[in-house]
Amino acid sequence: MQPGNTASLPGAYQGHCKDMRTDDNQPLSCPGPMNLDQLSLFGRQLAGMLLPGDLLLLQGELGAGKTTLVQQIAQGLEVGADQYVSSPSYALLHEYSGRLPVYHMDLYRLSGEEDVEGAGLLDYLNHQGVTLIEWPDRLGSLLPDQYLEIHLAMVDEERRRLTLICHGKSWQLRCRELERLKSLPGAME
Amino acid sequence: MLILAIESSCDDTAAAVFDGKEETVLANVVSSQNEIHARFGGIVPELASRCHIEMIWPVVREALDQAGVSLDEVQLISATQGPGLVGSLLVGFTFAKSLAMVRGLPCVGVDHMAGHILSSMLEQERPEYPYTALTVSGGNTSLFSVASAVEYSRMGRTRDDAAGEAFDKVAKLLELGYPGGPVVSRLAEDGDPKAITFPRAWLGKDSLDFSFSGLKTAVMNYVHKLRQKGEPLKIADICASFQEAVVEVLVTKTVNAARANSHTRIALGGGVASNQRLRTLMQQACDREGLSLFVPRPAYCTDNGAMIALAGWYHYQAGRRVEWDDDAYSRSPLN
Repeated sequence: MQPGNTASLPGAYQGHCKDMRTDDNQPLSCPGPMNLDQLSLFGRQLAGMLLPGDLLLLQGELGAGKTTLVQQIAQGLEVGADQYVSSPSYALLHEYSGRLPVYHMDLYRLSGEEDVEGAGLLDYLNHQGVTLIEWPDRLGSLLPDQYLEIHLAMVDEERRRLTLICHGKSWQLRCRELERLKSLPGAME
Repeated sequence: MLILAIESSCDDTAAAVFDGKEETVLANVVSSQNEIHARFGGIVPELASRCHIEMIWPVVREALDQAGVSLDEVQLISATQGPGLVGSLLVGFTFAKSLAMVRGLPCVGVDHMAGHILSSMLEQERPEYPYTALTVSGGNTSLFSVASAVEYSRMGRTRDDAAGEAFDKVAKLLELGYPGGPVVSRLAEDGDPKAITFPRAWLGKDSLDFSFSGLKTAVMNYVHKLRQKGEPLKIADICASFQEAVVEVLVTKTVNAARANSHTRIALGGGVASNQRLRTLMQQACDREGLSLFVPRPAYCTDNGAMIALAGWYHYQAGRRVEWDDDAYSRSPLN
Protein backbone atom coordinates (compact mmCIF):
# COMPACT_ATOMS: atom_id res chain seq x y z
CA MET A 1 0.00 0.00 0.00
CA GLN A 2 1.27 3.45 -0.87
CA PRO A 3 1.15 5.84 2.09
CA GLY A 4 0.26 8.59 -0.37
CA ASN A 5 -3.11 7.01 -1.03
CA THR A 6 -4.39 7.61 2.43
CA ALA A 7 -5.78 11.08 1.80
CA SER A 8 -8.27 9.79 -0.71
CA LEU A 9 -9.43 6.92 1.43
CA PRO A 10 -12.36 8.27 3.43
CA GLY A 11 -15.60 7.37 1.80
CA ALA A 12 -14.08 5.37 -0.97
CA TYR A 13 -15.25 2.03 0.33
CA GLN A 14 -18.16 3.15 2.43
CA GLY A 15 -20.56 1.15 0.31
CA HIS A 16 -19.17 -2.11 1.59
CA CYS A 17 -20.02 -1.28 5.16
CA LYS A 18 -23.14 0.83 4.94
CA ASP A 19 -25.46 -2.01 5.91
CA MET A 20 -23.69 -2.50 9.19
CA ARG A 21 -25.85 -1.55 12.12
CA THR A 22 -23.97 0.54 14.61
CA ASP A 23 -26.68 2.01 16.83
CA ASP A 24 -26.88 -0.78 19.40
CA ASN A 25 -23.28 -1.93 19.72
CA GLN A 26 -23.36 -4.11 16.64
CA PRO A 27 -19.82 -4.92 15.63
CA LEU A 28 -18.37 -3.05 12.70
CA SER A 29 -16.69 -5.85 10.88
CA CYS A 30 -15.84 -5.29 7.28
CA PRO A 31 -15.41 -8.53 5.41
CA GLY A 32 -11.91 -9.61 4.58
CA PRO A 33 -8.69 -9.78 6.51
CA MET A 34 -6.12 -6.97 6.56
CA ASN A 35 -2.43 -7.39 6.06
CA LEU A 36 -0.06 -5.93 8.64
CA ASP A 37 0.64 -2.77 6.60
CA GLN A 38 -3.07 -2.04 6.39
CA LEU A 39 -3.44 -2.63 10.09
CA SER A 40 -0.61 -0.18 10.77
CA LEU A 41 -2.30 2.42 8.60
CA PHE A 42 -5.57 1.83 10.43
CA GLY A 43 -3.77 2.44 13.74
CA ARG A 44 -2.30 5.73 12.59
CA GLN A 45 -5.63 6.89 11.12
CA LEU A 46 -7.58 5.90 14.21
CA ALA A 47 -5.15 8.03 16.25
CA GLY A 48 -6.32 11.08 14.32
CA MET A 49 -9.85 10.63 15.68
CA LEU A 50 -8.95 10.20 19.31
CA LEU A 51 -10.11 12.65 21.97
CA PRO A 52 -8.95 13.34 25.52
CA GLY A 53 -10.34 10.69 27.88
CA ASP A 54 -10.81 8.03 25.18
CA LEU A 55 -10.57 4.40 26.17
CA LEU A 56 -9.66 1.64 23.72
CA LEU A 57 -9.84 -2.02 24.68
CA LEU A 58 -7.71 -4.45 22.71
CA GLN A 59 -8.77 -8.09 22.43
CA GLY A 60 -6.85 -10.85 20.73
CA GLU A 61 -4.66 -13.80 21.52
CA LEU A 62 -0.92 -13.73 22.13
CA GLY A 63 0.81 -12.57 18.95
CA ALA A 64 -2.35 -11.15 17.38
CA GLY A 65 -0.64 -7.78 17.10
CA LYS A 66 -2.13 -5.80 19.99
CA THR A 67 1.12 -4.15 21.03
CA THR A 68 2.00 -3.50 17.39
CA LEU A 69 -1.31 -1.73 16.90
CA VAL A 70 -0.66 0.35 20.01
CA GLN A 71 2.72 1.34 18.56
CA GLN A 72 0.99 2.60 15.43
CA ILE A 73 -1.68 4.48 17.37
CA ALA A 74 1.06 6.07 19.50
CA GLN A 75 2.90 7.09 16.35
CA GLY A 76 -0.32 8.64 15.04
CA LEU A 77 -0.65 10.49 18.35
CA GLU A 78 2.77 12.02 17.75
CA VAL A 79 4.56 10.08 20.45
CA GLY A 80 8.21 10.81 19.60
CA ALA A 81 10.41 8.12 18.09
CA ASP A 82 12.71 8.39 21.14
CA GLN A 83 9.90 6.98 23.31
CA TYR A 84 9.88 3.29 22.47
CA VAL A 85 6.40 1.86 22.87
CA SER A 86 7.38 -1.46 24.43
CA SER A 87 5.22 -4.11 26.04
CA PRO A 88 3.82 -3.15 29.46
CA SER A 89 3.11 -6.79 30.42
CA TYR A 90 5.51 -6.71 33.34
CA ALA A 91 5.15 -3.09 34.45
CA LEU A 92 1.34 -3.16 33.90
CA LEU A 93 1.43 0.43 32.62
CA HIS A 94 3.65 2.47 30.33
CA GLU A 95 3.08 6.20 29.81
CA TYR A 96 4.01 8.22 26.77
CA SER A 97 3.56 11.84 25.84
CA GLY A 98 2.28 12.80 22.41
CA ARG A 99 -0.51 15.04 21.10
CA LEU A 100 -2.34 13.56 24.11
CA PRO A 101 -0.88 11.57 27.00
CA VAL A 102 -0.93 7.86 26.18
CA TYR A 103 -1.49 5.22 28.88
CA HIS A 104 -0.82 1.71 27.65
CA MET A 105 -1.83 -1.07 30.04
CA ASP A 106 -1.59 -4.83 29.92
CA LEU A 107 -3.73 -6.49 32.57
CA TYR A 108 -2.66 -10.02 31.65
CA ARG A 109 -0.87 -10.64 34.95
CA LEU A 110 -3.77 -9.40 37.08
CA SER A 111 -6.44 -11.76 38.30
CA GLY A 112 -9.42 -9.41 38.43
CA GLU A 113 -10.91 -6.08 39.35
CA GLU A 114 -9.53 -6.03 42.89
CA ASP A 115 -6.04 -6.25 41.44
CA VAL A 116 -6.80 -3.50 38.93
CA GLU A 117 -8.05 -1.28 41.71
CA GLY A 118 -5.15 -2.23 44.00
CA ALA A 119 -2.61 -1.23 41.36
CA GLY A 120 -4.27 2.19 41.05
CA LEU A 121 -4.81 1.79 37.32
CA LEU A 122 -8.32 3.22 37.23
CA ASP A 123 -7.07 6.70 38.10
CA TYR A 124 -5.59 7.02 34.63
CA LEU A 125 -9.00 6.91 32.99
CA ASN A 126 -9.63 10.40 34.39
CA HIS A 127 -6.35 11.87 33.19
CA GLN A 128 -7.68 13.18 29.86
CA GLY A 129 -5.28 11.06 27.87
CA VAL A 130 -5.83 8.08 25.60
CA THR A 131 -5.92 4.82 27.54
CA LEU A 132 -5.27 1.55 25.70
CA ILE A 133 -5.88 -1.65 27.61
CA GLU A 134 -4.80 -5.16 26.63
CA TRP A 135 -6.55 -8.11 28.34
CA PRO A 136 -9.41 -5.84 29.48
CA ASP A 137 -11.57 -8.72 30.76
CA ARG A 138 -9.74 -8.22 34.09
CA LEU A 139 -11.65 -4.95 34.49
CA GLY A 140 -14.87 -6.82 35.27
CA SER A 141 -17.52 -4.45 36.58
CA LEU A 142 -15.04 -1.56 36.60
CA LEU A 143 -15.48 -1.13 32.85
CA PRO A 144 -16.75 2.38 31.99
CA ASP A 145 -19.66 2.97 29.56
CA GLN A 146 -17.80 4.71 26.78
CA TYR A 147 -15.12 2.82 24.92
CA LEU A 148 -14.04 1.36 21.62
CA GLU A 149 -13.54 -2.37 21.56
CA ILE A 150 -10.98 -3.62 19.05
CA HIS A 151 -10.74 -7.33 18.27
CA LEU A 152 -7.78 -8.71 16.39
CA ALA A 153 -8.05 -12.27 15.14
CA MET A 154 -5.23 -14.09 13.40
CA VAL A 155 -6.11 -15.34 9.93
CA ASP A 156 -2.58 -16.47 9.16
CA GLU A 157 0.96 -15.21 9.73
CA GLU A 158 0.49 -12.11 7.60
CA ARG A 159 -3.18 -11.27 8.00
CA ARG A 160 -5.57 -10.24 10.75
CA ARG A 161 -9.31 -9.82 10.91
CA LEU A 162 -10.33 -6.60 12.60
CA THR A 163 -13.63 -6.05 14.40
CA LEU A 164 -14.65 -2.82 16.11
CA ILE A 165 -17.48 -2.31 18.59
CA CYS A 166 -18.54 1.18 19.62
CA HIS A 167 -19.75 1.44 23.20
CA GLY A 168 -21.46 4.54 24.56
CA LYS A 169 -22.56 7.69 22.85
CA SER A 170 -19.10 9.13 22.39
CA TRP A 171 -18.07 6.22 20.18
CA GLN A 172 -21.42 5.65 18.50
CA LEU A 173 -21.24 9.22 17.22
CA ARG A 174 -17.87 8.41 15.66
CA CYS A 175 -18.95 5.11 14.16
CA ARG A 176 -19.42 6.35 10.57
CA GLU A 177 -16.04 7.97 10.68
CA LEU A 178 -14.53 4.71 11.91
CA GLU A 179 -16.21 2.76 9.14
CA ARG A 180 -14.46 4.88 6.59
CA LEU A 181 -11.10 4.55 8.32
CA LYS A 182 -11.41 0.83 8.31
CA SER A 183 -12.25 0.69 4.63
CA LEU A 184 -8.70 0.49 3.44
CA PRO A 185 -7.75 -0.55 -0.09
CA GLY A 186 -7.29 -4.25 -0.24
CA ALA A 187 -9.07 -4.82 3.05
CA MET A 188 -12.03 -6.20 1.12
CA GLU A 189 -11.88 -9.53 -0.52
CA MET B 1 26.96 3.88 58.13
CA LEU B 2 23.87 1.67 58.32
CA ILE B 3 21.44 2.05 55.46
CA LEU B 4 17.80 0.93 55.31
CA ALA B 5 16.56 0.54 51.74
CA ILE B 6 13.05 0.10 50.40
CA GLU B 7 11.93 -1.03 46.96
CA SER B 8 8.28 -1.12 45.83
CA SER B 9 8.37 -0.46 42.10
CA CYS B 10 6.53 -3.59 40.96
CA ASP B 11 4.97 -6.72 42.47
CA ASP B 12 7.17 -7.30 45.49
CA THR B 13 7.84 -5.08 48.44
CA ALA B 14 11.50 -5.39 49.40
CA ALA B 15 13.74 -4.02 52.13
CA ALA B 16 17.41 -4.37 52.96
CA VAL B 17 19.84 -3.33 55.67
CA PHE B 18 23.30 -2.53 54.41
CA ASP B 19 26.55 -1.57 56.07
CA GLY B 20 27.93 1.21 53.87
CA LYS B 21 31.44 1.32 55.32
CA GLU B 22 31.95 -2.43 54.97
CA GLU B 23 29.78 -2.59 51.83
CA THR B 24 28.07 -5.64 53.30
CA VAL B 25 24.43 -6.72 53.03
CA LEU B 26 23.11 -7.45 56.55
CA ALA B 27 19.59 -8.37 55.46
CA ASN B 28 17.73 -8.63 52.15
CA VAL B 29 14.01 -9.35 52.44
CA VAL B 30 11.36 -9.68 49.71
CA SER B 31 7.62 -9.87 50.39
CA SER B 32 7.25 -13.16 48.50
CA GLN B 33 9.63 -14.90 50.93
CA ASN B 34 8.42 -17.45 53.46
CA GLU B 35 9.37 -15.34 56.48
CA ILE B 36 6.90 -12.69 55.41
CA HIS B 37 4.19 -15.22 54.69
CA ALA B 38 4.67 -16.42 58.26
CA ARG B 39 4.03 -12.91 59.54
CA PHE B 40 0.66 -13.07 57.79
CA GLY B 41 -0.14 -16.39 59.44
CA GLY B 42 0.99 -18.33 56.41
CA ILE B 43 -1.83 -17.13 54.20
CA VAL B 44 -0.98 -14.44 51.71
CA PRO B 45 -3.60 -14.06 49.01
CA GLU B 46 -2.19 -13.53 45.55
CA LEU B 47 -3.56 -10.04 45.65
CA ALA B 48 -1.30 -9.23 48.59
CA SER B 49 1.71 -9.42 46.30
CA ARG B 50 0.63 -6.00 45.09
CA CYS B 51 -0.48 -4.64 48.43
CA HIS B 52 2.63 -2.69 49.25
CA ILE B 53 0.84 -0.78 51.98
CA GLU B 54 0.13 -3.94 53.95
CA MET B 55 3.54 -5.42 53.21
CA ILE B 56 5.90 -2.58 53.86
CA TRP B 57 6.05 -2.56 57.62
CA PRO B 58 6.35 -6.38 58.04
CA VAL B 59 9.07 -6.43 55.37
CA VAL B 60 11.04 -3.58 56.98
CA ARG B 61 10.66 -5.18 60.42
CA GLU B 62 11.87 -8.52 59.11
CA ALA B 63 14.90 -6.86 57.49
CA LEU B 64 15.84 -5.07 60.72
CA ASP B 65 15.35 -8.28 62.74
CA GLN B 66 17.45 -10.36 60.38
CA ALA B 67 20.20 -7.74 60.46
CA GLY B 68 19.98 -7.58 64.25
CA VAL B 69 19.68 -3.82 64.00
CA SER B 70 17.23 -1.45 65.67
CA LEU B 71 15.66 1.45 63.85
CA ASP B 72 17.69 3.81 66.10
CA GLU B 73 20.91 2.58 64.52
CA VAL B 74 19.84 3.34 60.92
CA GLN B 75 21.65 6.42 59.56
CA LEU B 76 20.48 6.68 55.95
CA ILE B 77 17.26 5.77 54.14
CA SER B 78 17.28 4.85 50.47
CA ALA B 79 14.21 4.13 48.36
CA THR B 80 13.30 3.45 44.75
CA GLN B 81 11.91 6.67 43.27
CA GLY B 82 11.10 5.25 39.82
CA PRO B 83 10.37 3.89 37.30
CA GLY B 84 7.21 1.85 37.84
CA LEU B 85 3.60 2.25 38.85
CA VAL B 86 3.45 5.54 40.70
CA GLY B 87 0.86 4.13 43.12
CA SER B 88 3.23 1.32 44.09
CA LEU B 89 6.35 3.48 44.17
CA LEU B 90 4.67 6.08 46.35
CA VAL B 91 4.12 3.56 49.14
CA GLY B 92 7.83 2.82 49.51
CA PHE B 93 9.07 6.29 48.63
CA THR B 94 6.66 8.08 50.98
CA PHE B 95 7.37 5.57 53.75
CA ALA B 96 11.09 6.26 53.33
CA LYS B 97 10.69 10.04 53.25
CA SER B 98 8.40 10.02 56.28
CA LEU B 99 10.70 7.80 58.30
CA ALA B 100 13.70 9.94 57.39
CA MET B 101 11.86 13.15 58.23
CA VAL B 102 10.61 11.91 61.61
CA ARG B 103 14.03 10.53 62.53
CA GLY B 104 16.00 13.46 61.12
CA LEU B 105 17.90 11.18 58.72
CA PRO B 106 19.13 11.84 55.20
CA CYS B 107 17.08 10.20 52.44
CA VAL B 108 18.11 9.28 48.91
CA GLY B 109 15.82 8.44 45.96
CA VAL B 110 17.24 5.83 43.60
CA ASP B 111 16.37 4.77 40.07
CA HIS B 112 15.44 1.09 39.94
CA MET B 113 17.56 0.68 36.81
CA ALA B 114 20.61 2.04 38.67
CA GLY B 115 20.07 -0.72 41.21
CA HIS B 116 20.25 -3.43 38.54
CA ILE B 117 23.20 -1.74 36.81
CA LEU B 118 25.17 -1.77 40.09
CA SER B 119 23.96 -5.10 41.52
CA SER B 120 27.17 -6.98 40.63
CA MET B 121 28.98 -4.56 42.99
CA LEU B 122 27.24 -6.37 45.87
CA GLU B 123 29.50 -9.37 45.34
CA GLN B 124 33.05 -9.97 46.56
CA GLU B 125 34.26 -10.19 42.98
CA ARG B 126 33.09 -6.89 41.62
CA PRO B 127 33.91 -4.94 38.48
CA GLU B 128 36.03 -1.82 38.49
CA TYR B 129 34.74 1.17 36.55
CA PRO B 130 34.17 1.63 33.72
CA TYR B 131 32.14 -1.38 32.62
CA THR B 132 29.32 -2.34 30.26
CA ALA B 133 26.10 -3.48 31.94
CA LEU B 134 23.30 -5.61 30.52
CA THR B 135 20.11 -5.37 32.57
CA VAL B 136 17.70 -8.06 31.47
CA SER B 137 14.42 -8.94 33.17
CA GLY B 138 10.71 -9.35 32.60
CA GLY B 139 10.30 -5.62 32.07
CA ASN B 140 13.64 -4.44 30.67
CA THR B 141 16.42 -5.38 28.33
CA SER B 142 18.97 -2.58 28.17
CA LEU B 143 22.67 -1.94 27.71
CA PHE B 144 24.53 0.74 29.64
CA SER B 145 27.96 2.25 29.68
CA VAL B 146 28.83 2.64 33.36
CA ALA B 147 31.44 5.35 33.96
CA SER B 148 31.21 5.48 37.75
CA ALA B 149 28.91 4.55 40.63
CA VAL B 150 26.54 7.36 39.69
CA GLU B 151 27.13 7.90 35.94
CA TYR B 152 25.52 5.59 33.38
CA SER B 153 24.48 6.16 29.81
CA ARG B 154 22.10 3.93 27.89
CA MET B 155 23.42 2.32 24.71
CA GLY B 156 20.42 0.22 23.71
CA ARG B 157 17.05 -1.06 24.89
CA THR B 158 14.18 -3.23 23.73
CA ARG B 159 11.85 -1.87 21.12
CA ASP B 160 9.00 -4.21 22.07
CA ASP B 161 9.11 -7.18 24.47
CA ALA B 162 11.72 -7.66 27.19
CA ALA B 163 13.72 -10.91 27.08
CA GLY B 164 12.12 -12.24 30.26
CA GLU B 165 8.70 -11.48 28.89
CA ALA B 166 9.46 -13.51 25.76
CA PHE B 167 10.29 -16.48 28.01
CA ASP B 168 7.03 -16.04 29.92
CA LYS B 169 4.97 -15.78 26.75
CA VAL B 170 6.56 -18.83 25.15
CA ALA B 171 5.81 -20.73 28.35
CA LYS B 172 2.20 -19.63 28.06
CA LEU B 173 2.09 -20.70 24.43
CA LEU B 174 3.45 -24.16 25.31
CA GLU B 175 0.95 -24.36 28.18
CA LEU B 176 3.70 -24.44 30.79
CA GLY B 177 2.03 -21.83 32.99
CA TYR B 178 2.69 -18.16 33.52
CA PRO B 179 5.16 -16.83 34.46
CA GLY B 180 7.16 -19.67 33.05
CA GLY B 181 10.64 -18.38 32.25
CA PRO B 182 12.43 -20.74 34.64
CA VAL B 183 10.35 -23.70 33.39
CA VAL B 184 11.37 -22.99 29.79
CA SER B 185 15.04 -22.84 30.84
CA ARG B 186 14.77 -26.12 32.74
CA LEU B 187 13.11 -27.94 29.83
CA ALA B 188 15.70 -26.46 27.47
CA GLU B 189 18.44 -28.38 29.28
CA ASP B 190 17.17 -31.59 27.67
CA GLY B 191 16.62 -30.07 24.23
CA ASP B 192 18.75 -29.41 21.17
CA PRO B 193 19.38 -25.66 20.78
CA LYS B 194 20.01 -26.20 17.06
CA ALA B 195 16.86 -28.25 16.41
CA ILE B 196 14.83 -25.30 15.10
CA THR B 197 16.21 -22.12 13.60
CA PHE B 198 14.22 -19.30 15.10
CA PRO B 199 14.96 -15.77 13.87
CA ARG B 200 17.43 -13.45 15.61
CA ALA B 201 16.50 -9.78 15.44
CA TRP B 202 19.75 -7.85 14.94
CA LEU B 203 18.04 -4.58 13.89
CA GLY B 204 20.91 -3.38 11.74
CA LYS B 205 24.63 -3.98 11.97
CA ASP B 206 25.50 -1.44 14.64
CA SER B 207 22.25 -1.36 16.58
CA LEU B 208 22.41 -2.17 20.28
CA ASP B 209 18.62 -2.21 20.55
CA PHE B 210 16.71 -5.44 21.09
CA SER B 211 13.47 -6.89 19.74
CA PHE B 212 11.94 -10.14 20.95
CA SER B 213 8.37 -9.78 19.73
CA GLY B 214 9.13 -11.32 16.33
CA LEU B 215 10.80 -14.31 17.97
CA LYS B 216 7.75 -14.87 20.17
CA THR B 217 5.54 -14.79 17.06
CA ALA B 218 7.88 -17.15 15.20
CA VAL B 219 7.65 -19.70 18.02
CA MET B 220 3.89 -19.28 18.01
CA ASN B 221 3.61 -19.84 14.27
CA TYR B 222 5.85 -22.90 14.50
CA VAL B 223 3.74 -24.38 17.29
CA HIS B 224 0.45 -23.60 15.51
CA LYS B 225 1.64 -25.30 12.32
CA LEU B 226 2.63 -28.49 14.11
CA ARG B 227 -0.62 -28.51 16.06
CA GLN B 228 -2.63 -28.06 12.86
CA LYS B 229 -0.82 -30.99 11.27
CA GLY B 230 -1.46 -33.00 14.41
CA GLU B 231 2.27 -33.58 14.88
CA PRO B 232 3.66 -33.91 18.40
CA LEU B 233 5.56 -30.94 19.82
CA LYS B 234 9.14 -31.56 20.89
CA ILE B 235 8.84 -29.21 23.84
CA ALA B 236 12.46 -29.51 25.00
CA ASP B 237 13.80 -28.74 21.51
CA ILE B 238 11.46 -25.75 21.13
CA CYS B 239 12.51 -24.38 24.52
CA ALA B 240 16.21 -24.92 23.82
CA SER B 241 16.06 -23.40 20.32
CA PHE B 242 14.03 -20.43 21.55
CA GLN B 243 16.36 -19.83 24.49
CA GLU B 244 19.37 -20.05 22.18
CA ALA B 245 17.91 -17.33 19.94
CA VAL B 246 17.38 -15.01 22.92
CA VAL B 247 20.75 -15.69 24.52
CA GLU B 248 22.73 -15.42 21.30
CA VAL B 249 21.39 -11.91 20.66
CA LEU B 250 21.97 -10.84 24.26
CA VAL B 251 25.56 -12.13 24.27
CA THR B 252 26.50 -10.73 20.86
CA LYS B 253 25.09 -7.26 21.50
CA THR B 254 26.59 -7.04 24.99
CA VAL B 255 30.04 -7.96 23.69
CA ASN B 256 29.60 -5.49 20.82
CA ALA B 257 28.67 -2.79 23.32
CA ALA B 258 31.73 -3.50 25.48
CA ARG B 259 33.91 -3.37 22.38
CA ALA B 260 32.32 -0.07 21.27
CA ASN B 261 33.04 1.34 24.75
CA SER B 262 36.56 -0.12 24.81
CA HIS B 263 35.53 -1.69 28.12
CA THR B 264 37.20 -4.84 29.40
CA ARG B 265 34.44 -5.67 31.92
CA ILE B 266 30.83 -6.78 31.51
CA ALA B 267 28.28 -6.95 34.35
CA LEU B 268 24.83 -8.51 34.26
CA GLY B 269 21.75 -7.58 36.27
CA GLY B 270 18.02 -8.31 36.35
CA GLY B 271 16.07 -11.55 36.75
CA VAL B 272 17.14 -13.11 33.44
CA ALA B 273 20.80 -12.71 34.48
CA SER B 274 20.18 -15.88 36.55
CA ASN B 275 19.58 -17.85 33.33
CA GLN B 276 22.29 -20.53 33.22
CA ARG B 277 22.56 -20.64 29.43
CA LEU B 278 23.06 -16.87 29.33
CA ARG B 279 25.76 -17.10 31.98
CA THR B 280 27.52 -19.95 30.18
CA LEU B 281 27.50 -18.42 26.69
CA MET B 282 28.35 -14.94 28.02
CA GLN B 283 31.31 -16.42 29.93
CA GLN B 284 32.51 -18.25 26.80
CA ALA B 285 32.25 -15.06 24.74
CA CYS B 286 34.08 -13.05 27.40
CA ASP B 287 36.86 -15.65 27.58
CA ARG B 288 37.19 -15.50 23.81
CA GLU B 289 37.29 -11.70 23.78
CA GLY B 290 39.52 -11.29 26.82
CA LEU B 291 36.76 -9.65 28.87
CA SER B 292 35.91 -10.16 32.53
CA LEU B 293 32.32 -11.09 33.40
CA PHE B 294 30.57 -10.21 36.67
CA VAL B 295 27.21 -11.73 37.60
CA PRO B 296 25.41 -11.22 40.91
CA ARG B 297 23.83 -14.14 42.79
CA PRO B 298 20.15 -14.81 41.90
CA ALA B 299 18.81 -12.97 44.98
CA TYR B 300 20.48 -9.79 43.72
CA CYS B 301 19.37 -10.37 40.12
CA THR B 302 15.64 -10.23 40.79
CA ASP B 303 14.09 -7.07 42.24
CA ASN B 304 15.61 -6.57 45.68
CA GLY B 305 16.34 -4.00 48.36
CA ALA B 306 20.09 -4.64 48.61
CA MET B 307 20.79 -3.08 45.21
CA ILE B 308 18.73 -0.03 46.21
CA ALA B 309 20.76 0.25 49.43
CA LEU B 310 24.03 0.10 47.49
CA ALA B 311 22.88 2.59 44.85
CA GLY B 312 21.55 4.84 47.64
CA TRP B 313 24.88 4.68 49.47
CA TYR B 314 26.76 5.69 46.30
CA HIS B 315 24.34 8.51 45.53
CA TYR B 316 24.53 9.72 49.15
CA GLN B 317 28.33 9.89 48.86
CA ALA B 318 27.92 11.84 45.64
CA GLY B 319 25.86 14.39 47.59
CA ARG B 320 22.39 13.44 46.34
CA ARG B 321 19.40 13.88 48.68
CA VAL B 322 15.64 13.91 48.13
CA GLU B 323 13.67 17.06 48.76
CA TRP B 324 10.64 16.34 50.91
CA ASP B 325 8.29 17.32 48.09
CA ASP B 326 10.05 15.17 45.46
CA ASP B 327 7.67 12.82 43.67
CA ALA B 328 7.98 9.28 42.39
CA TYR B 329 8.27 8.97 38.60
CA SER B 330 6.86 6.42 36.18
CA ARG B 331 9.44 6.58 33.38
CA SER B 332 13.16 6.23 33.97
CA PRO B 333 15.41 8.94 32.57
CA LEU B 334 17.96 6.12 32.24
CA ASN B 335 15.73 4.08 29.97
